[in-house]
Amino acid sequence: MSIIENFVPFSVIICLAGGVICSAVKGETARRLSVTIISLVVIMNAFVLGYTLKLGHEFVYVMGKFPAPWGNELRAGCLEGLIAMFFSIIMLLSVIGGIRGQNDDIAKDRLNLYFVMINLMLSSLMALVYTNDLFTAYVFVEINTMAACALIMIRNNGHTLVAATKYMIMSTLGSGLLLIGISMLYSITGQLLMPDIKKAVEALSAGENYAIPLTVVIGLLGVSLAIKSALFPFHSWLPEAYGFSTASSAAILSSLVSKGYIFLLIKIFYRVIGLNVMVGHKITNILFVFGIIAMIVGSVTAIRQTDVRHLIAYSSIAQIGYIYMGMGLGSTAGMVAAIFHIMSHSATKSMLFIAQRGLVEVSNGSKDFSDLKGSGYRNRLAGIAFTVGAFSMVGIPLLAGFTSKVYFAEAAITAVNTKMWIAMITLAISTILNAIYFIRASISVYTPRNMNYRDVNYRPSNASNIALVCFIVLNFFLGVLSYPIAHTIEIGLEFFK
Amino acid sequence: MSKKRSDYKTTFYSRIENYVNGKDEFLFHKEVKDDTVHELESLEAELTEAADLLEKREEQQRIQDNSEPHDFLKRFHRLYGIIATLVCATLMVLLLITVSWLPRFGEAANPANNVVTKRYIEKGEEETGAVNIVTGLILNYRGFDTMGETHVLFVAASCVMILLLIAEGEEKKSSYAFDRYLEPKNDIIIQKTANFLVPAVFIFGIYVILNGHLSPGGGFSGGSIIGAGLIMYVSAFGFKKTERFFNERIYKIAKVSALCFYICCLSYYFYMGAHGYDNHIPLGTPGNIISSGLILFINIFVGTEVACTMYAFYALFRKGGL
Repeated sequence: MSIIENFVPFSVIICLAGGVICSAVKGETARRLSVTIISLVVIMNAFVLGYTLKLGHEFVYVMGKFPAPWGNELRAGCLEGLIAMFFSIIMLLSVIGGIRGQNDDIAKDRLNLYFVMINLMLSSLMALVYTNDLFTAYVFVEINTMAACALIMIRNNGHTLVAATKYMIMSTLGSGLLLIGISMLYSITGQLLMPDIKKAVEALSAGENYAIPLTVVIGLLGVSLAIKSALFPFHSWLPEAYGFSTASSAAILSSLVSKGYIFLLIKIFYRVIGLNVMVGHKITNILFVFGIIAMIVGSVTAIRQTDVRHLIAYSSIAQIGYIYMGMGLGSTAGMVAAIFHIMSHSATKSMLFIAQRGLVEVSNGSKDFSDLKGSGYRNRLAGIAFTVGAFSMVGIPLLAGFTSKVYFAEAAITAVNTKMWIAMITLAISTILNAIYFIRASISVYTPRNMNYRDVNYRPSNASNIALVCFIVLNFFLGVLSYPIAHTIEIGLEFFK
Repeated sequence: MSKKRSDYKTTFYSRIENYVNGKDEFLFHKEVKDDTVHELESLEAELTEAADLLEKREEQQRIQDNSEPHDFLKRFHRLYGIIATLVCATLMVLLLITVSWLPRFGEAANPANNVVTKRYIEKGEEETGAVNIVTGLILNYRGFDTMGETHVLFVAASCVMILLLIAEGEEKKSSYAFDRYLEPKNDIIIQKTANFLVPAVFIFGIYVILNGHLSPGGGFSGGSIIGAGLIMYVSAFGFKKTERFFNERIYKIAKVSALCFYICCLSYYFYMGAHGYDNHIPLGTPGNIISSGLILFINIFVGTEVACTMYAFYALFRKGGL
């Protein structure tokens, strides 16, 4: 057994331990400790990815003395390794990119608690990615929910409290439905381990027994995770949560929290229920329809915003719609496109939130477009990063957003006739809508400045500069060198079957 | 040669040079509103405020004259309530109907009664050393899940702390001074009762924790009993007396060390188990108080964490600090 296999549980456990230790130290120490831990997790997951690619199959890590159906186990393939590494990179960049924001927005005596939440969030994400057991997934979904709530409300103003309450209500509804779904599934299959459930479900769907509970379970699992990841009718908590929390929190919430749930849903699609059964129960069509509506509604609402944070937040709703649209196509190509979009959207959205913070800093703290005019000249790197992010969201070639749109289009062409037409037309409309609001945002960032202001010397923090450069590089990397990543995703999905 | 041009400053190359050298006039400049502009703007704001006030009055007059928009809002709220109730009722009925299709509870032929539960029941005592199968199941077989569950409590306590913690300073002083404002001070009946009950509650809590592997109970239930004892002591004698043996420092040390030891123990157990090594943890004779290997220690760690969390909830809600 290679030493690298130990990295899988270790990346979960080290984050838990880091969270516990952060609760007892001062804020600045907690930040250094967390950055160290997250970097370690990045490196460990990179090793896991390389190891699984070389190994050519998945490996199982038994958590304790007793093997899987009795004890717990973690399972790592190359898709899990890729997503885990990617999530931890985004987490690292979001944390170091928003250091000045954290200092400004969070009370000093609570700063260490912020890093408690960051650590526990990362540990729950790692566990959600690597778990092979539905109940373990549920336990870490709980940690994820509470940590996300704390990330929103730690910036203590009225708006975040309202946002956190809204998030709590929606998220608790999602958790409750998920738990009901898992317990019903347990009572008709008698298993909690993913491959074992899949076997039982295949037997059930072939026979006549428990057809109605199985349908309800599939619906519950799909709906609960759709609620938690803010698919269209359940998105009401999202704009406020992203709009008023501190920049790092907004970046983490938009690019990791909702994506973790979507990845869990993909795992359930493949490993628990089986793609054929999912498609057979038409849940993919429902997700497809809501994804399509989200793509249009999110973009149309975003056009009306005058606040840059809200614009990015509403664009997130549209992008979540893209991902569900890809999953709703019900084919492997659609799933590859969806997973690729998870990555490209995470990289772009977190960059936009961090860059937006840099622009707001030089504009008297205002998030309104009229005050942001010319901010691209005052904080050059943030301006460039914002423009790159906006172009990526619109889908300009060479950038991550363009590549994922190409994958979506390719997947749509191979789909059923009606779905193909709907998906293609919506993609086109949505791209135009994206262009309308994102190009307007970039133009207003670069229109000559408002002369009502007086200059004061300002220097952006080095940490956020480094993070923004890394984000830009990551975006171009995803856009230009997309083939190996898409290939890894395909291999990983093969493992899933 | 080119530098001698008179309009050099406006050329493209000069601008690139300035940009590279960082001489650009806009670069790294923060914008702050000017004072004079400020004054003007405040005047403007006053004006608009007055206009708003006028408009509002007119609006109110209009509403009084013609109550149509008001009615619409009312109707919307009523409709919203009706639709929400309908959705909830539909969901409830749907789930209840599904429950009627599930296998009957407690029948031998149910899918849940398979090899997994069989091994827990038949071999649980032998493999984990715990007479209480449930404890053996959650702390040994599925130790990873329970570790997550313990951290759920930890996250919850940290969340409450974020919401309710009062920073050092005047506010803290005043909140401490008014701590017992609404409650009877030195109530003799509560104090005498607490004198009797608190030791008994503590001992019972410790009993439940230490016997977690032998009888119903364990870290979670025992810890909450001890936490309840602490809360009873605080409400009888106040924070000053409690802080002599349980203050923020001790709270932090107890909680962090319990969770760290917990994580270390389980990491060792996971590592040895995954590699197939013998973990050298003696299981003892089932039924003895010192038996079942790690389970006893994990129960103690979980109990400490739960007791601390319970007390922290109470103290945070009452005075915003520990």
